[in-house]
Amino acid sequence: MRHLLSVADLDATAATALLDTSDRLRQALLGREVRKLPTLRGRTVITMFYENSTRTRVSFEIAGKWMSADTVNVSASGSSVSKGESLRDTALTLSSMGADCVVVRHPASGAAHRLAGWMDRGNETTGTHTSIVNAGDGTHEHPTQALLDAATLRERLGGIAGRRIGIVGDVLHSRVARSNVLLLATLGAEVVLIAPPTLLPVGVEQWPCRVGHELDPELPALDAVMMLRVQAERMHGGFFPSAREYAIGYGLSEARAALLPDDAPILHPGPMVRGMEIAPAVADAPSSAVLQQVRNGVHVRMAVLYHLLAGAPE
Amino acid sequence: MSRDSMSSLLITNARPYGEDPVDVLVTDGVVTSIGTGLDAPSDADTLDAGGAVLLPGFVDLHVHLREPGGEESETIETGSHAAALGGFTAVFAMPNTDPVADSAVVVEHVRRRGEEIGLVDVHPVGAVTVGLGGERLAEMGTMAASRAQVRLFSDDGRCVNDPLIMRRALEYASSLGVVIAQHAEDHRLTGGAQAHEGAVASRLGLSGWPASAEETIVARDCALARDAKAALHVCHISSARTIDVLRTAKAAGVRVSAEVTPHHLLLTDGRLTGYDPVNKVNPPLRTAEDTRAMREALAEGVIDVVATDHAPHAAQYKDTEWSAAKPGMLGLQTALSVLVETMVEPGLLDWHGVARVLSERPAEIGGLPDQGRPIAEGEPATFALVDPDAQWTVRGAALASRAANTPYEGMRLPGSVVATILRGRITVRDGKVQA
Amino acid sequence: MANLRRGDVDAGQDPTRELLSAADVTRTVARIAHQIIEKTAFSPDSADDVVLIGVPTRGVHLAHRLAAAITEFTGASPAVGSVDATLYRDDLRRGPARALEDTAMPEGGVDGRLIVLVDDVLMSGRTTRAALDALRDEGRPRAVQLAVLVDRGHRELPIRADYVGKNVPTARTEQILVLLTESDGRDGVAIGQAGRTGGDDDAPAAAETAGTVATDPEGEA
Repeated sequence: MRHLLSVADLDATAATALLDTSDRLRQALLGREVRKLPTLRGRTVITMFYENSTRTRVSFEIAGKWMSADTVNVSASGSSVSKGESLRDTALTLSSMGADCVVVRHPASGAAHRLAGWMDRGNETTGTHTSIVNAGDGTHEHPTQALLDAATLRERLGGIAGRRIGIVGDVLHSRVARSNVLLLATLGAEVVLIAPPTLLPVGVEQWPCRVGHELDPELPALDAVMMLRVQAERMHGGFFPSAREYAIGYGLSEARAALLPDDAPILHPGPMVRGMEIAPAVADAPSSAVLQQVRNGVHVRMAVLYHLLAGAPE
Repeated sequence: MSRDSMSSLLITNARPYGEDPVDVLVTDGVVTSIGTGLDAPSDADTLDAGGAVLLPGFVDLHVHLREPGGEESETIETGSHAAALGGFTAVFAMPNTDPVADSAVVVEHVRRRGEEIGLVDVHPVGAVTVGLGGERLAEMGTMAASRAQVRLFSDDGRCVNDPLIMRRALEYASSLGVVIAQHAEDHRLTGGAQAHEGAVASRLGLSGWPASAEETIVARDCALARDAKAALHVCHISSARTIDVLRTAKAAGVRVSAEVTPHHLLLTDGRLTGYDPVNKVNPPLRTAEDTRAMREALAEGVIDVVATDHAPHAAQYKDTEWSAAKPGMLGLQTALSVLVETMVEPGLLDWHGVARVLSERPAEIGGLPDQGRPIAEGEPATFALVDPDAQWTVRGAALASRAANTPYEGMRLPGSVVATILRGRITVRDGKVQA
Repeated sequence: MANLRRGDVDAGQDPTRELLSAADVTRTVARIAHQIIEKTAFSPDSADDVVLIGVPTRGVHLAHRLAAAITEFTGASPAVGSVDATLYRDDLRRGPARALEDTAMPEGGVDGRLIVLVDDVLMSGRTTRAALDALRDEGRPRAVQLAVLVDRGHRELPIRADYVGKNVPTARTEQILVLLTESDGRDGVAIGQAGRTGGDDDAPAAAETAGTVATDPEGEA
């Protein structure tokens, strides 16, 4: 594995290997006095975030630090990024400084692919090697989120193949949904997207999933449900009439959560909009896997860094 | 240039429209004799066509030469070279320059630069609205009456989106005897759009450019043109569904013509998966079903012409993330080959058909009396000589344009232009510009 | 990305010479169990003090067998755990990323206890070193001892085993093949020519398909 750009690059074997590594890392660190592994000593991991996301950035940073990598954070504001330097130049600069891995979050779909292309071409001439990890690119993908969701589902359900997973909300603008649909389908789950037509992309009918517009009839047959973020700015774009109407149709209220099978976990990539997307009592219920997702996020990202950086460069 | 030296030219062994080989004698830019075994005057220049196909010089209704203001991507000089090498003898330069070609001063400058270079007739297209702003009509009458004699007006790159402005533009144009060329895109439906709205874009997370945004504007404009009794030309149509609208309007007698680009005949949105912005273009590459429909409609004549939408962009405008990249691709030097690949070789067009879509109809639409003429005695000697059996590999760096953003990089394409002749003067010989 | 290194040993390789039969393996495990009891002064009273920690995969099986034997002989059971040393190896950059194995510390951890590290083959000592490093991050044992089924020589680090099932002089090009019923369907230890160079000393990761193979460490640095 040279880069992690899209879960589409992972087949079931590769995805399972990453999840297994994640589980083993969790196990290896369980209850330990020293939560640090020497594995990536001397490696440099740079997180380059063109969008704010404290949780993802911190998660990658902790993952790197627990593996003994040197982690450096670059944020778009206050760096040359805000002075009009191109993404390409910024990335090649960081690579030339010796970054072994650049974790990138960018508002443009495909930004991670572009970076990987520039790195590979640059590396040919300089003989260096820089891996790119996509930490969210526009409305395209967020592979480590899908991996941490899969790790959480595996932990809760004992497996993913054959399980029915519902994904609810703003699919149109969600990179989390895209990555999850692909990864869960790859791992053999049956995925159901539930959203109003305005929040589903044209072309969704060719995704490896089923699509529904009504939540209540689906809930009793789901093994797990994943609630997506609905960004406040979409409220004004005419995607749906009001926050209230969204909550009525698609919010996970207590009454609705009761329709789920007893053990069905409820996932949310965070940050949650309590009230509209999910009732506070549901978010804090034992079936909520939100904090488990966050914890698994660190281990999954450690696993990704391990697979990218621990072995010989490809 | 010396008029004397080009007084006589004998082209030998050329096949007009792919028919039997003949010799063509040209005197003072006009065809004076066509036959076999013609004798040339002793001082005549000779050009051995070697059995190449002789066609009327190509006319491109849609190019971006970027001058003034965008000289890092193309100039009228480099664009003229690319045009001549592509077999073109006339091009229409779109007004989205800096400053915008919305006044007599700018269009006259473009026309004059074209004449100074002298490789191809450069006809400036005037803006429909001031600064392409879509709000106030530009001085179309002044531009039409200027030295540049503007015959085509367009806000290309932007749609004249406001139906009332479009109505007034068509009405006004009808009195001037000029054509409005519409970039058909309802911007309300394409805000932030990055790719054809469909399965590929949905997976890549690129916001969709729905085909309906083109279809609805074309339907609207056809109704407006009908009422104004004006001539409407639709730029770069890309969607199969637009063809049905055009067919209906033409059958109803609307004065509407339409163009398709070579890339919309050949390429699909399947190329987008690597996010290389060389494939980013507006309107976007669509599906294989659309390219098939484009080819059929071009063969049938519902689509009148092929126009390149030649849109050079310097590397810095393409070597970016997808959404930041400028839309557009080179087209002048690859147009003929793409047409051979998509239309001639599959048997959809013969060489008369190629002459029709690349020369005769565009000259007619653009109001050029001395272009797109038959190959006959007494007609201007304005030709493209095509080797239909040649194969070549496209290399952006080797193209004459200042920019290198060809989507066909590394592709092997059939057919090449071996010579171009403008009113008896050889502008390209053996695939090289004759300065 | 599915390039985690699995066994690169061809199970159907050259005929090998048997060093230990199934019965020999059982006897050897019993002998080491007795030695551990003696050397650690293992008794029902001190049972909590001793922990057998296997190095995956076959070291873990051996640790469980040793624990069973000790229980049989003394009536008291030592705790058993496993420690995957992969994340501490010094040769990770020499190949594709390796799959990780189980790490499971016994109830009560390792602090202040006597650890017997158990592995199947000892060669360069690098795996043992990695396992010692991993243990250090788990806590602070009172002491660590090492038990191996086969010591084949070629040490590259100042490490020696406290308990050795069999010393086998080998050439670097030879392979030691350890088979255990739990992972391989039968017990036995054999020696043969390596079908290829590569693999590593003490190579747990190369041991998935056909027993542990320890061959030339190929100049590990």
